[in-house]
Amino acid sequence: MTDLRADFIAKRYASERRFKFLGAAALGITALFLIFLVSDIVIKGFPAFFEHRVMMEVTVDPAKVDAAKPMAGDYDGLVNDAFRALYPNVTSRADRKALGGILSQGAADDLRAMVLADPGLIGKTLKVPALLSDDADLYFKGMQTGVKTAAGAGTLQIAQAGESYVITGDTKDIVQGQIIRANGGALRVTSLEGTTVLAEALVAPTTLNTATSGQWDILTLSVKETERRINDRQVVWMEQLRQSDSVGKTISWRFFTSGDSREAELAGIKGALVGSLFTVAVSLLLALPLGIAAAIYLEQFAPKNKLTDLIEVNINNLAAVPSIIFGLLGLAVFLNFFGLPRSAPLVGGLVLALLVLPTIIIAARAALKAVPPSITEAALGVGASKQQAVFQHVLPLAVPGILTGTILGLARAFGETAPLLMIGMVAFIADVPQGVNDAATVLPVQIYLWSDLPEIAFQSKTAAAIIVLMVVLFSLNAIAIYLRKRFERRW
Amino acid sequence: MNAPFQTVVTPASPRIIADRPMKIEAKDVNIYYGEKQAIKSLSIDIPDRAVSAFIGPSGCGKSTFLRAINRMNDTIPTCRITGNITIDGRDIYDRDIDVVQLRAKVGMVFQKPNPFPKSIFENVAYGPRIHGMAQNKTDLEEIVVASLKKASLFEEVKDRLTAPGTGLSGGQQQRLCIARAIAVNPQVILMDEPCSALDPIATAKIEELIDELRQNYCIVIVTHSMQQAARVSQLTAFFHLGTLVEFGDTDEVFTAPQEKRTQDYITGRFG
Repeated sequence: MTDLRADFIAKRYASERRFKFLGAAALGITALFLIFLVSDIVIKGFPAFFEHRVMMEVTVDPAKVDAAKPMAGDYDGLVNDAFRALYPNVTSRADRKALGGILSQGAADDLRAMVLADPGLIGKTLKVPALLSDDADLYFKGMQTGVKTAAGAGTLQIAQAGESYVITGDTKDIVQGQIIRANGGALRVTSLEGTTVLAEALVAPTTLNTATSGQWDILTLSVKETERRINDRQVVWMEQLRQSDSVGKTISWRFFTSGDSREAELAGIKGALVGSLFTVAVSLLLALPLGIAAAIYLEQFAPKNKLTDLIEVNINNLAAVPSIIFGLLGLAVFLNFFGLPRSAPLVGGLVLALLVLPTIIIAARAALKAVPPSITEAALGVGASKQQAVFQHVLPLAVPGILTGTILGLARAFGETAPLLMIGMVAFIADVPQGVNDAATVLPVQIYLWSDLPEIAFQSKTAAAIIVLMVVLFSLNAIAIYLRKRFERRW
Repeated sequence: MNAPFQTVVTPASPRIIADRPMKIEAKDVNIYYGEKQAIKSLSIDIPDRAVSAFIGPSGCGKSTFLRAINRMNDTIPTCRITGNITIDGRDIYDRDIDVVQLRAKVGMVFQKPNPFPKSIFENVAYGPRIHGMAQNKTDLEEIVVASLKKASLFEEVKDRLTAPGTGLSGGQQQRLCIARAIAVNPQVILMDEPCSALDPIATAKIEELIDELRQNYCIVIVTHSMQQAARVSQLTAFFHLGTLVEFGDTDEVFTAPQEKRTQDYITGRFG
């Protein structure tokens, strides 16, 4: 008898240990996934918060920038000319185009801003930062190819043979594909014959003198030229910039202050962020009063009968309706029937209000229900009317719960994509919306749009936008938790 | 200062009912929750300026009837009432009766102390404020202080009127609830097992308070404790299965009940 019992107890303990282990394992796996997800996004997105600029001397030519009309000045021309002046050897049309590819189309923005802020600069020579293109920026972030520079040991003799060059001397470390920089030029190794190196000129050497130890070096690129978006020539030009220490890395405020763009380095999330704020504001303004009013009525005033039961069931069902359905509803009702503008935060807000309304009603009802009936009784007992009891006693006590539910609903609205696709908030919109009727997009849709683009820089921007979205959502949740803790009341 | 458990009831004069003006008169009252009948054809006359205790086993309808006196049952959708209950000769279920005014006139103290989660001052001031009983702040303060004094709570809380009412001890909270009820100047105070959540010392204080309040109010108290009924009430009504079995002077009900069921209950044969 005693043996059986001990057996039984041991079994129970074993079962308890198993359960604990399973729980801990589940938690561990979840945490692992979360850490993996977050770190992946942060690692990918972090570089997008920085950008590279090249510092150049630019003379603001009064012929190109009219002091009377500084807005209309040809700043692009000035910056491009100044940049080309750094590379006097680049003359061919193709090379000039490749060289231009290093600078962003918005490279002249800084110069324009400086001159517009101080027209007295016209005619003077300034140190101006010029934004690099996304590909050049990625190169300096090390995301195009790995670059290793090895100083040359020994001497090299360089001779020209028609179009190509023959290099002899201490060439034992040189392999095919490397770039040898010597005598003001850059030669790419095409083939090796013993210690004789055949090479083609990326940048033609200025002299054919013997290069001694320290006068030459070897660039090794880890990614093949065909597999990256900048060619070897551009690498050489950019290495030249790096050597002259004229490239600087700064925080990319532009990411937060500009709208979308086709150029990755110019694209920012301000448009989407403002669009999101407008959209969520519209939905909050609609859903909060409607939701709370509905919840108060259903919870405190409505008679309990078949009709209110039906309404209750339907509200719960609405909370479970896939969000894209709400998008279709919005398309049919707000756009097609009421003729509201397409892509507008107004319509987005209306649709999201429908989406979060059930959530808010359910949360608000739960919060109202959590207020003990003794409070209502106490108020009624001293002669308060039902309405006074509800609005002066029950509602204030339910506010934290209602707010928590509302914020969680808002967080859902903030992250919602599908219904907004239906009402056209998925267009490419470069301008930051000024009001709820302007065409706009929202953060999650912007993420969706960027994730679709082929440029590598946009992949980074996508992750960066996800970081911003997550920060917003985490903050909203943190506020909800704070409110809950702050106003939590024990009865 | 009275020691706890001291019997505070003054010896009741015989035939209290006959001597006093009636405050509450109920005739042939039936109360239903949906299909279930909770009160069956109940008639009772409750005198003013006395404590009437309702005793009886759980589910006998005493609380239901108590809550009918200030129409608190109105908040329960399935609850239905027939017959009539008058206070000072006015039918409280009449169409002309404003339930808000009725509840101001018939205050209620609940089983569990339920102060508002507000300051002590606000708890008491709420009633006078919504009824516009105070012209200005000074008036309101006077009412609050007077009510707290009547509820024998003022001395304990005078230095912390702005502290939350929920921070008081259970007994103090219940006295705060009584002060809150008194503040709107009621004529009747209904108490639904006001001491069941309190310890003996707090109970003794409340009982002492009830005995003082009896001078000015018609008090009806529902209690599970027969000792309490014996201590605080002048009249006792015994309820059983939704009917009023016996109603009379407390002394008589407890010493010489006329009904066998009353005797059985009091002597502990069922309950």
